[in-house]
Amino acid sequence: MALLEIENIHTYYGHIHALKGISLDVNRGEIVTLIGANGAGKSTMLKTTSGLLRPRQGSIRLKGEDLTCYRPHEVVAKGVVQVPEGRRIFGRLTVKENLEMGAFTITDQRLIESNLEHVFRLFPRLRERQKQVGGTLSGGEQQMLATGRALMASPSVLLMDEPSMGLAPVLVDLIFDTIRQLHTDGTTILLVEQNARMALQVASRGYVLQTGTILLSDNTENLRQNEMVRKAYLGES
Amino acid sequence: MRQAIKIGLIGGVVGILLSLIGMVEAFSQRDIIAHVISMGHTLLITVALFMGYLAAKRTPGKGSLRILSNSFLSGLLLAGMLALLVMAGSLINLRKVFINASPLLYSLLTFGLEKGIGALLLLVIGAMSGLLAGIFYLSPGILRRVLIISLGSIVSAGVLQDLLRPTFALWGPLAIINEWLFTANGLTVQGAIGLFILIAAFSLFWSRKGSAIQTGFRQLPPAPQRILKMAGIFILVFILLILPRVLGLFLSEVLTIVGLYVLLGLGLNIVVGYAGLLDLGYVAFFAIGSYTVAVLTSPELGFFSLSFWEALPFVIVMGVFSGVLLGTPVLKMRGDYLAIATLGFGEIIRILVLSDFLRPWLGGAQGIGKIPKVFIGGFEFAGPQQIYYLILAGCLLVIFISLRLRDSRLGRAWMAVREDEDVAQAMGINLVAAKLLAFATGAGFSALSGAIFATKLGSVYPHSFNVMISINIVCVIIVGGMGSIPGVIVGAAALVGLPELLREFAEYRLLVYGAVLVAMMLLRPEGLWPEALRRRELHGEKENEAESESSLKLKSG
Repeated sequence: MALLEIENIHTYYGHIHALKGISLDVNRGEIVTLIGANGAGKSTMLKTTSGLLRPRQGSIRLKGEDLTCYRPHEVVAKGVVQVPEGRRIFGRLTVKENLEMGAFTITDQRLIESNLEHVFRLFPRLRERQKQVGGTLSGGEQQMLATGRALMASPSVLLMDEPSMGLAPVLVDLIFDTIRQLHTDGTTILLVEQNARMALQVASRGYVLQTGTILLSDNTENLRQNEMVRKAYLGES
Repeated sequence: MRQAIKIGLIGGVVGILLSLIGMVEAFSQRDIIAHVISMGHTLLITVALFMGYLAAKRTPGKGSLRILSNSFLSGLLLAGMLALLVMAGSLINLRKVFINASPLLYSLLTFGLEKGIGALLLLVIGAMSGLLAGIFYLSPGILRRVLIISLGSIVSAGVLQDLLRPTFALWGPLAIINEWLFTANGLTVQGAIGLFILIAAFSLFWSRKGSAIQTGFRQLPPAPQRILKMAGIFILVFILLILPRVLGLFLSEVLTIVGLYVLLGLGLNIVVGYAGLLDLGYVAFFAIGSYTVAVLTSPELGFFSLSFWEALPFVIVMGVFSGVLLGTPVLKMRGDYLAIATLGFGEIIRILVLSDFLRPWLGGAQGIGKIPKVFIGGFEFAGPQQIYYLILAGCLLVIFISLRLRDSRLGRAWMAVREDEDVAQAMGINLVAAKLLAFATGAGFSALSGAIFATKLGSVYPHSFNVMISINIVCVIIVGGMGSIPGVIVGAAALVGLPELLREFAEYRLLVYGAVLVAMMLLRPEGLWPEALRRRELHGEKENEAESESSLKLKSG
């Protein structure tokens, strides 16, 4: 049984049928990527998973438990945690306060301490800057902070929404290095990306989304070879 | 040069405006220093000084001659425009349009002299004010601070003379100070000079030694430090307890009004300052609290005749319940939309109370009277000097609850909601619960304040609960500093207390409000006594630089 199972999800924005029966699953310890053009429904998919949008049909299960009707904060408490698109750190709070806010669902002080230590080991830059105000960090550091903040909640599945958006190429490499690092630490990740090239390198399996339906699903090895993917998403001819 | 001209002309417009709306004339009935300078002149000179300072500050480059000439020019222009006003007034009758353009105003502007010489003197004084501001700008920082503090205290002593004189007169030995410092209208000359020297010496001493004293205090071992702190709190509480006896009836009345606004402000501070939900209908809960007490205790209606204490739990429950009731429909609204929706709620409550439909229960436009006073045992909270204690107790309770809430899990949830609602949800915060709890807590505090208000007046009327109260409370919070508890107290004292004390302000209250708010947003957007977070946001760059520098040093070392 997969850790996160999403089955036949239909999500609407008013009358607009945004997701037309999407099914995907994520196994424990795996990185799965969801690629697609603008408006394909990638972010809608993540928002539906995290409970911000409610699907009209279909089900979302974590470890067999049905999360479909859960409210966003309950989904987080169950272990599905999102790194929001555009980082969205708390700009006026310090790095440490941001991280502590990430552990809002955890009441065990010792677990918070050890999660903090884990995040600081993963991102030494954040330890250096823990007293600095979030808004003054560079883009790359903010992405680290957003990721660290999500990790503070001890997630079973990490949903990452466009982590490379708006970052310089050097920093994109850095972010994908940390995603690999998270993978070796055993974190399960559902990664939504426009940067298909990088996403297909770090993930083990991928889904290609187009106008609300899944066009292709395969392991990333095959997807990289696929003629259509190469043309449309990798920009090769 | 062009900047100086522009600033001078702006200053001139401000000066003419202040004159034509009658503010200068109204203010000049009170002397700051007897027979030397009146409040009206002080007002205009302050504008000239400020504009001169601005002109000096905006001067490109560092040549002191240019700075001085620019500030001189701006002062001259400002005075020139006022002189033009006088000239124009003597040629044509401005009173047809501006009723305040009276001969008295012209004689004030020309210092009671003959027009030509007076206008000349006006120009000289304006230019001198500008020049002084320029010199002030060039002088070292410590001198500037000392000057500002001591001049400021002379002006405040003059402005608040009606408050200080009777207070001093009550206390035997202090009456001598009274004699020395004050005349029937304004400070004495020797008093003003003495006060200036005294305050200047003290502030000089403090700026030299203040930090040494503070670090000395911090270096003390924790035990004496705690004793000193406790002693400080003890003295503060003692002062608070004896305040109404010291201040007498009128000032105690002012204190109770300020106290009620502090209570309201603390409640709204939870909604606006902590949770970031801009609520412009806050007066609704104040009205609900008042009317609940009135309906439950007043024999006039004859439904119930509970005592205040028996009614109080119902008041709080009603407040909390109506907070949730308002909160539920506006849960999904943000920012401006929320403000408008809540604004409507405030009006709905007032209009409901006014309606004929509810008249049998709520008294309609006549309101409800004969609300009994509060008793504890045999002690009656009759006048302002007694009700003060009731309000003080309420404030202390609410401050305590606010502090505890701020540091609680709920407080952190509110902070996250204020910073970013969507992300707060992604952190696992129950947005609905957090928002409703904020509305409910704030409404509960407001209802408490309303209950005390009702017993203080002994009657409630719908028109006491108009939208201006909501606006006032929001202003109190903004001026004091969002999310800051001492800020609410300072804001209430400044925006509610001062206008009560200064009868001249009464007519210009809204104008002063607007001016103060604009000035605050420009000069001190974080508020008078800001919360640490806001201070960090708006003045944080220097500290952060220092911090990153030190972290760099750590790395290299």
